Amino acid sequence: MDETSNAMFPRWADLILVPLISLLLAAIISALVLLAIGQSPVEAINVMVDGALGSSYGWGYTLYYTTSFIFTGLAVTIAFHASLFNIGGEGQAQLGGLGVALVCLAFPWPHWSLALLAATLGAAAFGAAWAAVPAYLQAKRGSHIVITTIMFNYIASALIVYLLVDVLRPAGQMDPATARFPEGAKLPTLDMIPGFNLIFLKPVPANVTLFIALAMAVVVWAILWRTRLGYQIRAFGKSEPAAKYAGINPTKIILVTMILSGALAGMMSINNVMGEAERLLQNSAEGAGFIGIAVALMGRNHPFGVVLAAFLFGFLYQGGAELGLWTSIPIEMRIVVQGLVILFTGALDMMVRMLLTKAFGLFQSRKLGAV
Amino acid sequence: MDYATLLQILDSTLRLATPLLLACLAGLYSERAGVFDIGLEGKMLMAAMASGAVAFLTGSVWLGLLAGIGASLVLAAIHGLASITFRGNQLIAGVALNFLASGITVLIAQRLFGQGGRTPPLTGDGRFGPITLPFADALKDVPIFGPLYHEVISGHSFLVYLAIALVPFTWWVLYRTRFGLRLRAVGENPAAVDTAGVSVVGLRFAAVGITGILCGLAGAYMATALQAGFGREMTAGRGYIALAALIFAKWRPVAALWACLLFGFFQALALRPDVVEAVVQVKIPVPFLDALPYILTVVVLAGFIGKAIPPRAGGEPYVKER
Repeated sequence: MDETSNAMFPRWADLILVPLISLLLAAIISALVLLAIGQSPVEAINVMVDGALGSSYGWGYTLYYTTSFIFTGLAVTIAFHASLFNIGGEGQAQLGGLGVALVCLAFPWPHWSLALLAATLGAAAFGAAWAAVPAYLQAKRGSHIVITTIMFNYIASALIVYLLVDVLRPAGQMDPATARFPEGAKLPTLDMIPGFNLIFLKPVPANVTLFIALAMAVVVWAILWRTRLGYQIRAFGKSEPAAKYAGINPTKIILVTMILSGALAGMMSINNVMGEAERLLQNSAEGAGFIGIAVALMGRNHPFGVVLAAFLFGFLYQGGAELGLWTSIPIEMRIVVQGLVILFTGALDMMVRMLLTKAFGLFQSRKLGAV
Repeated sequence: MDYATLLQILDSTLRLATPLLLACLAGLYSERAGVFDIGLEGKMLMAAMASGAVAFLTGSVWLGLLAGIGASLVLAAIHGLASITFRGNQLIAGVALNFLASGITVLIAQRLFGQGGRTPPLTGDGRFGPITLPFADALKDVPIFGPLYHEVISGHSFLVYLAIALVPFTWWVLYRTRFGLRLRAVGENPAAVDTAGVSVVGLRFAAVGITGILCGLAGAYMATALQAGFGREMTAGRGYIALAALIFAKWRPVAALWACLLFGFFQALALRPDVVEAVVQVKIPVPFLDALPYILTVVVLAGFIGKAIPPRAGGEPYVKER
């Protein structure tokens, strides 16, 4: 990624200008799409800002989505640092949901904090296990992790459908879902937390999981840049032969990285399954696993960037839902924006860099000319 | 299970295998040229919407087919631009295009028809009708073979026969033409092709273009033959199953036919759980049948049934000056 950055192209531009311009391009194309289907981009952005940030109710949803996207964004980020592209966040999050459900339904929890602790471990363990199989196959058998994680998404969704229909569904219930979680496993939402209840007067879906997500961002940062393991992950990601030469065990790095990644993706489900739905449903992750890819790319694979990008996508998701409610713009508009952001930040980043390098080149030659 | 049920299942196998086969051959050209394409799904979806919409508006399924190919080619061009011209990450480009297609198809269909992101049902010339092969009716009463010919082999749409004909054609192109040799070479060792004075970029764009055309056929088949019109997310992961079939077939055209027929057979079985239960005497959950193609692909990828080795330069953008 750094091969084009040189003296002509300062680091701050690479870190800040490239994502901003990519985002701008995605926004311009989105506006053109809206114009093409006969809608007003200005009205759309107004409805989105108003719906996502204009009320404490809107913030409650925006932060709820943000929480999920921080987890999945971090999951993709940590794998990216080892040059592993984990597209399996969706399946890992669904399996995480299974872990949460099994823990929550195991017995009547006396207090939410105990339930949260156990459910977090359950979610992380199930997500990690689901990521460990593709990781093992990549490390030991050379199977391409992108393909295996895609396959595992489909296998996960089939597995969850089977479990919900034939195993976990309580007798007499029609819809394929688990029983409702016990009262003791109910997480406090932001309107129930002292201090926050001054802002959030009505019940909102954003819950204590938000703080776990933020803490995880710090943890991931610390792992990547403050531990020996993180150094090994990044070295492995930069150059596998060099890492091997330095005595880093590739099998160990692939396995550990993917287990961490899967655990993070799985932990997302304490937000949606435990915090919001309070039972396990089909397709519980609702695409958040895939949004993690966009979030990681937009956040330039840095936990701080991931938090910002997750908030941006939280805004996009809540705003997009409001578009579906109040305008005739279909809710699918947000998937279009998501695709464009991935395209510009992840696949056309070289194009943006080439443009910027040219611009900087012009600027510098003019300066030289003046001297 | 009686013979009539078997024929029914084989008939739906062929119908369900066709979009897989077209998409699988599409992926074969691209990946053999060294461009990974996980955007088959998006291209199919885009083509399905475009062909469903145009076939309805013009009443001609052929114009619909052309529109489908055109729409798929637009996405293929973006994929080529991102992964060949700007040497971006091919996998990420594919993921992006899948999302783009998933959203934009609904937006356009909703704008045009206002029916919740569907296109209106197609009738008459707006669909590919079944083609009765010669003597199908005359041979109908011949024991064993007659019904097989009449029910399973005859009576499919034009695209089903085209897809099957494309298998030997692709084999011939890949292994018996100069273009095919260069295409395979550019997927294994682009530098050698470049040294020989052949344009790597040109070859890869040609391959990605063929992928676009074939995905267009696959999507048009979904909307104008398999079903009567476009519905949101109607490809339902078929692009990924095709990708799985491609790996299962180890990037070879004839094996791709068998892989797609096998995965089509699983899809046909998933539609008839009662038959499956009657045959194996154990209740097999439908989700298991749905997941079977994916599980098999993982098993193949893991190297338990022969090793699947992708084209060597696959996924790597080619940089001329090293």
